[in-house]
Amino acid sequence: MKFVDEFREPELITKTAEEIRRLCDSGRHYRFMEVCGGHTHAIYRFGLRDLLPANIELIHGPGCPVCVLPMGRIDDGVALAQQTDVIFAAFGDMMRVPGANGSPLEHKARGMDVRIVYSPSDALKLARANPDRHVMFFAIGFETTAPSTALTLMRAKSEGIRNFSVFCNHVTIIPAIRAILDSPDMRLDAFIGPGHVSTVIGCRPYEWIVTNEHMPIVISGFEPLDMLQSIVMLLRQLKAGEAKVENQYKRVVPWEGNRAALRAMAEVFQLRPYFEWRGLGFISQSALRIRDAYAEWDAEQRFRVPGIRVTDPKAAQCGEVLKGVLKPHQCKLFGRECTPEHPIGALMVSSEGSCAAYYNYEHHKTAMVNILSQTA
Amino acid sequence: MSSASVADVIPARVRFRDSQIEMSHGAGGKASRRLVEGLIAPLLCGESSGPLGDAAQVLMNGARIAITTDGFVVKPLTFPGGSIGELAVNGTVNDLAVSAARAEALVVSFVLEAGLPTEVLEAEVRAMANAARTAGVGIAGGDTKVVEHGKADRMYITTTGIGTPLRNVRIDPRSVRPGDKVLLSGPIGDHGITILLARGELDLEADLRSDTRSVFPLVEALLTAAGPGVRWMRDPTRGGVATSLNELARDCGLGIVIHEDRIPVRDAVRGACELLGLDPLHIANEGQFLAIVAPEYADAAINTLNLANGGEQAAVIGEVCEQPAGSVLVTASYGGSRIVDMLVGDPLPRIC
Repeated sequence: MKFVDEFREPELITKTAEEIRRLCDSGRHYRFMEVCGGHTHAIYRFGLRDLLPANIELIHGPGCPVCVLPMGRIDDGVALAQQTDVIFAAFGDMMRVPGANGSPLEHKARGMDVRIVYSPSDALKLARANPDRHVMFFAIGFETTAPSTALTLMRAKSEGIRNFSVFCNHVTIIPAIRAILDSPDMRLDAFIGPGHVSTVIGCRPYEWIVTNEHMPIVISGFEPLDMLQSIVMLLRQLKAGEAKVENQYKRVVPWEGNRAALRAMAEVFQLRPYFEWRGLGFISQSALRIRDAYAEWDAEQRFRVPGIRVTDPKAAQCGEVLKGVLKPHQCKLFGRECTPEHPIGALMVSSEGSCAAYYNYEHHKTAMVNILSQTA
Repeated sequence: MSSASVADVIPARVRFRDSQIEMSHGAGGKASRRLVEGLIAPLLCGESSGPLGDAAQVLMNGARIAITTDGFVVKPLTFPGGSIGELAVNGTVNDLAVSAARAEALVVSFVLEAGLPTEVLEAEVRAMANAARTAGVGIAGGDTKVVEHGKADRMYITTTGIGTPLRNVRIDPRSVRPGDKVLLSGPIGDHGITILLARGELDLEADLRSDTRSVFPLVEALLTAAGPGVRWMRDPTRGGVATSLNELARDCGLGIVIHEDRIPVRDAVRGACELLGLDPLHIANEGQFLAIVAPEYADAAINTLNLANGGEQAAVIGEVCEQPAGSVLVTASYGGSRIVDMLVGDPLPRIC
């Protein structure tokens, strides 16, 4: 299959893995953070750990939009939907994320009208098809999905579709990276930069990482070969003592980003003064709200938001895992109280969450290795 | 995971503790298994019931018969390559086939929603008659119920089938041994992706048809060629190949290792899965089966299947290993590997 198979080509992958081993200084421990949840998923989905030397440690970053959403926002969204006879539309990833009173899917089983959509424009389509109902779209995501929400709102406005609103939970990636770097317990050597986000924002917004922190960053694609090539590029920079922004994902990511998408975002959204992130706390200028010109389509302005604050279950260490301080299996609840079937934190729900990825693709492998080493 | 033990790998008895029934309990994955094994089977079949197969065997006047039942709630009722009526016949015939039994007779039960156009019902009854004729099974009786408009989604069909077990075959997960080969009858995911696209909720189009068919002719050919070496069979419907192989891994306490590049998947299915973030191994099939065959019979088995009509793409996709006990490991040709678990949740609601 085109655009897939050539990036999973065994011979090239083996060669690239050999190149990584050659470039690796065996006396050194490398800590690379993949910011994006899509990369975390790919690492486990393709078993890339099997191909890397043991002294390259991949640390999972905060780039899973479902995972960084505080529990209270889910309850807020559900409460909004319950206020009136609303169709609650959201991406599939959101459906099993637990709020304090259950996940959207559990609310659906109890009778709430919950629909899975694959894009915000599908939610708008629902509104057109159900003129006597109100459709509320629960918007999540970084700059990857924000433009499509923006375009959908622009369309709703131009078509005058009034039975549609958006509960906006869009966040921005750069403040999250800054928060990670400010975290005192975090030591990193380099970043594997987010691919999809960068198709929108381009590569320039990462330049401060290079200037301020003297740390390499390579924007990477999501196929096995992409990720291995990105690691080669990082190792080459480190070996040469360099720190620059490089773009491995050139086939998709333009250096300057996508101007049309950025324009749409600027038209519809403005920065919130601050927003709460799960695990990272309140971060200023880190999330988007809908501009007043679109107030009629903003669920937060149109309805009364309860503003529910829920503290995470005490034993859960989602925050530490999100920041990369703990590995998923080092959380006390991992694989015991918290599993993909009965998730306590969102990291165990979303396919991009590091706990779910680790549990689904790696957990039993690790258990097996442990058993073998215990019996040996 | 320093405290990992064998108990972590092979789960103890399941208990059903969920407070309400959700869609995931019907999706054929982990939640379905928990519901059946943790609530329904212990109460109806006793605590000591063995591994659950696709059909039960009962003794009647000294003769063994196989019996199975299956409900069909697919939406939409018709889709490229088939319809609910065909599924209802083929699904039950296939549950008997992979239990090494020839379907002898079916009975059918309809739940109809008031307001259903007669022509829709008639088309499905005709589809059932055709499918039964093709599969060589008679429909011996049935029942109809009508519920108020809005209390059911157009029509549901349940079929129950009885069959004669084929001789000299022992299908039992506990007979599976390390070194056995994993056979797959053909390309996976066609049915699930066809249904997903037929719902029209995604702006995706593909030239794809459901694979619904009776697999009995292929099973019969396999058993003729390799009968004594066939240890286990399953039709990977809801939950897909991954779920069926995980059930086997847990029932036999061994590991199943499959090789991604040997698994036949059409490009249209792969493409849709890549786009939607799904794994073809979790997608439903309605006309394929998996078999575990002793290594010395594997060549004969695959040669026979490849020569049979509709088995051209059958392949050995992996083998049974000691490790990872109770799990399924997928390896890629470039050297990476991953565990693939049962389906969790319900990415494609109601597809069969």
